[in-house]
Amino acid sequence: MQAAYIARRFGVFLLIVWLAGTLNFFLPRLSGQDPVRTKLLQQAALGGYVQGGIDEMTREYEQRFGLDKPLWRQYLTYLEDVSQLDFNYSIANYPRTVRELIADALPWTIALLGTTTLLSFGIGTLLGALLAWPRAPRWMGWLMPPLWALHAIPFFLLGLILTYLLAFQVPLLPIFGGYSAGVTPELSWSFAWDVFQHALLPALSIILVATGGWALGMRGMMVTTMGEDYVVFAEAKGLKLPTVFLRYCVRNAILPQVTALALALGQILSGAVLVEVIFGYPGIGTLLYQAIRESDHFVIQGIVFTVIVALGFTTFVLDVVYPWLDPRISYRRL
Amino acid sequence: MMRGALRYVRRNPSLAVGVALVAALSLFIIIGHLLVDTEDARPLSVPALRPPSWDYPFGTDRQGRDLFAVMVAGTPLTLRIGFIAGFLGVGLGTVLAFTGAYYRGLIDTIIRGIADIGLTVPGLLVLIIIAVSIKGTLTVNQMAIVVASLAWLYPTRTIRAQVLSLRERGYVEVARLSGMSGPGIIFFELMPNLLPYLAATLVGAVSSAILASIGLEVLGLGPIDAPTLGMTLYWVNFNAAMINGWWWWWTAPTVIILMVFLGLFFLTIGLDEIANPRLRRSV
Repeated sequence: MQAAYIARRFGVFLLIVWLAGTLNFFLPRLSGQDPVRTKLLQQAALGGYVQGGIDEMTREYEQRFGLDKPLWRQYLTYLEDVSQLDFNYSIANYPRTVRELIADALPWTIALLGTTTLLSFGIGTLLGALLAWPRAPRWMGWLMPPLWALHAIPFFLLGLILTYLLAFQVPLLPIFGGYSAGVTPELSWSFAWDVFQHALLPALSIILVATGGWALGMRGMMVTTMGEDYVVFAEAKGLKLPTVFLRYCVRNAILPQVTALALALGQILSGAVLVEVIFGYPGIGTLLYQAIRESDHFVIQGIVFTVIVALGFTTFVLDVVYPWLDPRISYRRL
Repeated sequence: MMRGALRYVRRNPSLAVGVALVAALSLFIIIGHLLVDTEDARPLSVPALRPPSWDYPFGTDRQGRDLFAVMVAGTPLTLRIGFIAGFLGVGLGTVLAFTGAYYRGLIDTIIRGIADIGLTVPGLLVLIIIAVSIKGTLTVNQMAIVVASLAWLYPTRTIRAQVLSLRERGYVEVARLSGMSGPGIIFFELMPNLLPYLAATLVGAVSSAILASIGLEVLGLGPIDAPTLGMTLYWVNFNAAMINGWWWWWTAPTVIILMVFLGLFFLTIGLDEIANPRLRRSV
């Protein structure tokens, strides 16, 4: 039973990978012309210091995806490349491959988004639980409207406002980039401190927005849980209130939050593309933005494929792990 | 009548805040059209980079657009993208959800499968691939259609869940036994009961469509020559207006986008309250 379930979920994952590759292959060709070829030929005609490389790349592209080949053969070639995570060279930064560029950008995005997702989950869940708790301090009630309002604002817009307040008006924090210009990345405390300072503003704008969402979700679940009979019984039995709060209410209300957290962790690669663009943070989002500006199709396709596959994989892991997290759900029912 | 409305507002303040914000935006657009020539939203129509003054209340940008005119001309364009995409998305979603959930069987499995898988894929990235694949620059309407191409996924799933619970009710059973046809039941028994819910879904869909369109535009994939809010932010970013201290350039679009999102958000919450009375609880 369990093996069949896991196999089925893995099938869905493979389906998503295939869809991502297919989308990447067919969408650009729908217009009748291959924009990748157009861009390559354009670049080759322009010339420049990477001329030799671009010429060679164009020749190889023609050889593999040329018009003389039938479409299905091109498609199979493409799927084969992509399944080996080979996305060709970057057109704009020629000798570098797309895979290298993505590998350089990934740690930045994962570090920023991983930290902010976990922090906002922790703060938001705790806040939400307290907001629903009748014996929480009165002032907490005042937190609701601002949390709601912040939750409705896109990350990057709050980023703009925060930059103005905390980096421009009061120059507390650096305004742009992942580390100071002229500093070479190295493993040292001073560099780590520099990176930390640069990450603070983007992190703050994500956390402020995301916390509201977690708090709202947790509060809703808490309200439902607190109406359950076993909570009333626990109180009537005279259990200490902190015990009722943590072991009876929070413990049960937190399950959907954990599911949502796993999904949010899957989104970390694509969650804050615009925040990175606004702050010039050297992650996947900024890489994507530059690739779009230079119409570097190979980089765009590589990023889209990587992100979709990463997300599909997280969903797969979540599906397999979830029945173990919440025993009320068995493998059979899914 | 007035008193009743006021009493309702006290019970459902979100709806009031939402309506007020949207009304303020509409007033701004209408009055703005009377005060300013929207031709000034084109580049090179006014002196560049003037901070706000009596002549140019929102200032002017580096390419010589009057930002007041840009806001007056651009806000309706952004809203139009949102409304076209939102309506198309919810419309298609409603049709698919009702067909699937009412008739069940293979068609329902297919619809649900596509929606579920589509929702696990990050929308903005797929939209980017679509936008990059289209030759030349997009017009505002094309932009709306690009955004709509994914806007039906979420409505399909949520509406389908609602219909599934509704179709088991007694009155649907009665209609079926009295010989009413499938489309008849969908239109006259199910649909009317879901109208408030559909309205809330629509407002939510419009809001996410606007967010998606602004995202594409900030990345440089929008209609380059249209003065939409997202394109204004694109030029802000492109010219590094923040670092150069041209604060008025990004203030105007930011404030308007904030009003749009907050207005739509509170409208959704308010409509949800009407659609789902179980949410009515005092805390």
